[in-house]
Amino acid sequence: MEAFTTHTGIGVPLRRSNVDTDQIIPAVYLKRVTRTGFEDTLFAAWRGNPDFVLNQPAYASGSVLVAGPDFGTGSSREHAVWALKDYGFRAVLASRFADIFRGNSGKQGLLAAQLAQADIELIWKALEASPGTEITVDLVKREVVCGDIVASFQIDDYTRWRLLEGLDDIGLTLNHADEIAAFEESRAAWRPKTLPAKHLPPVAIKAARPVSVPIHSQAPLS
Amino acid sequence: MAGTLAEKVWHDHVVREGHDGAPDLLYIDLHLVHEVTSPQAFEGLRLAGRPVRRPDLTLATEDHNTPTLDIDRPIADETSRTQIQTLRNNAAEFGVRIHSLGDADQGIVHVVGPQLGLTMPGLTVVCGDSHTSTHGAFGALAFGIGTSEVEHVLATQTLPLAPFKTMAVTVDGTLPPGSTAKDIILAIIAKIGTGGGQGYVLEYRGEAIRTLSMEARMTICNMSIEAGARAGMIAPDETTFEYLKGRPHAPEGEDWDAAVEYWKTLRSDDDATFDTEVVLNASDLEPFVTWGTNPGQGLPLSASVPVPELIADETERHAAERAIEYMGLTPGAPLRDIAVDTVFIGSCTNGRMEDLRAVAEIIKGKKKADSVRVLVVPGSARVRLQAEAEGLDQVFLDFGAEWRNAGCSMCLGMNPDQLVPQERSASTSNRNFEGRQGRGGRTHLVSPLVAAATAIRGTLSSPADLQTADSAAS
Repeated sequence: MEAFTTHTGIGVPLRRSNVDTDQIIPAVYLKRVTRTGFEDTLFAAWRGNPDFVLNQPAYASGSVLVAGPDFGTGSSREHAVWALKDYGFRAVLASRFADIFRGNSGKQGLLAAQLAQADIELIWKALEASPGTEITVDLVKREVVCGDIVASFQIDDYTRWRLLEGLDDIGLTLNHADEIAAFEESRAAWRPKTLPAKHLPPVAIKAARPVSVPIHSQAPLS
Repeated sequence: MAGTLAEKVWHDHVVREGHDGAPDLLYIDLHLVHEVTSPQAFEGLRLAGRPVRRPDLTLATEDHNTPTLDIDRPIADETSRTQIQTLRNNAAEFGVRIHSLGDADQGIVHVVGPQLGLTMPGLTVVCGDSHTSTHGAFGALAFGIGTSEVEHVLATQTLPLAPFKTMAVTVDGTLPPGSTAKDIILAIIAKIGTGGGQGYVLEYRGEAIRTLSMEARMTICNMSIEAGARAGMIAPDETTFEYLKGRPHAPEGEDWDAAVEYWKTLRSDDDATFDTEVVLNASDLEPFVTWGTNPGQGLPLSASVPVPELIADETERHAAERAIEYMGLTPGAPLRDIAVDTVFIGSCTNGRMEDLRAVAEIIKGKKKADSVRVLVVPGSARVRLQAEAEGLDQVFLDFGAEWRNAGCSMCLGMNPDQLVPQERSASTSNRNFEGRQGRGGRTHLVSPLVAAATAIRGTLSSPADLQTADSAAS
């Protein structure tokens, strides 16, 4: 994982609460089997709107997203983090994050920095007053600087340490392989195993076919 | 020391305690895998030369992308076909059991685990899917993870995790007829909000929960994530043991006795303390529907679309304005007047046998409204087979509904089952996010009973509305 100590880049004000991961990347874009190349899928539905913040030239090359509360709710898709990173974002600032999104960010070197909502409001105003303003996010000092605004942010100590060091979780865990093996020795016999497979007898499944007449009344397109 | 259910299960899985702010290393008993969030994890293993540590604790199914029509033909969408083929290749390469399209045990991963008897009390269960919280209905600690964590579990069968906080959600009273587990959970989410559960494991308890069947308990735990919670749990009891006994992977003989003895200890001690508590009374609970674009934006069916000007909180007011505009609704209009285009019955929330039986009972002998298309998608192939054995498929077909093959389908529209822009659905699924069921689609989350009544009348309705209509006609 890429280490994160400090980053300076253009701030992008996203004045919306409850930005769920279906908005960050709609499900139709989750079919790829690669980990890169998701930049065009970020906020795909909203980017069709010319007024959307990332369609404004001053913000288009932004790398610090400043969002409303409850960012990243819903689906566990890590693709949301990949899409933000592939677009060029290195940090997201918000007053509340969904747990799974926060966890996924920490694994991928995207900083999810939790600020007070009052500070988010101040930063939004500063960015909108002067589009293209840069924000510095300092993980060492746990501090965000945007023009005159200096705000501290929260992040748990362990995630901060891993981000600062750029450490790979799996490598860290495998240092304790002996303890995992010892734990496995102690597991009760009743705990289930998927192999050998047990199931009810196999039965042929009949394939459903399309109905001949399309019957839904679709609302007119505006 | 006194402990909550969640703390007990956590404690029994600590491989290594974390010190100085470091997380605990937790053992994972069951890892469920599907095609969407796993390809990059298997690729990571391949690049690092790592095997799957415990293929015998891992199970893969195909569900998110799978078509619900023509499943005996090649999948038409090339990217879906590639993703599913990638899962099959990975399962073969790493020795993971897989239930593929056309197999009787294929289906939504959260329906398949319980029906095989793999989901049990006291387990840790993870899957790269936020609705893994479903399995908490058995008293398992079950939660969704991202792809990096999927790779971590595949490689180590463990996860480093900071302890969750605990929230007791006590639901007293008895559900009135016409209201269901879905209405309980929608009411809870409306009460605590989409962020109310962040950082918490919710434990549902109280009289209304104890009297629920296992399938209804799964509906409740399933949507814990919609309140922001990592997991939801219900203490196991005789209902749980009865459900499990005799299932393919349920313990047998002495193992069963030992398991039940342990499972009976899995309840929060009377003197255990929760970090916070929420109380709800089920006795006066009406059918709930959502009007907005997050699952917390729900109201009783008898209510009206909110009027944003009357909402004091600025953030909530803006969110309501945006949601009402997106949903194409009129502030102050009765929810019962909302006409829908599509009714979707299915998903890991409400795609099990009891859901299909409840719908069939209401629609039997009736015809759907002409203006509505009705999609019935069983949660698993076994659910489909069972429904057909009970003759429910014919009830749905006679009603004018489409009877499909199993999968996630229109819950998230990764397969061809999607809404078109501005098309409106009443859906038994779990998320009403913008575009969730298809770009520009408008989703109202409802219970199976409301879905059935809505399919008959064409507007958001409860079964009680049908009786009113019947008596008015006679």
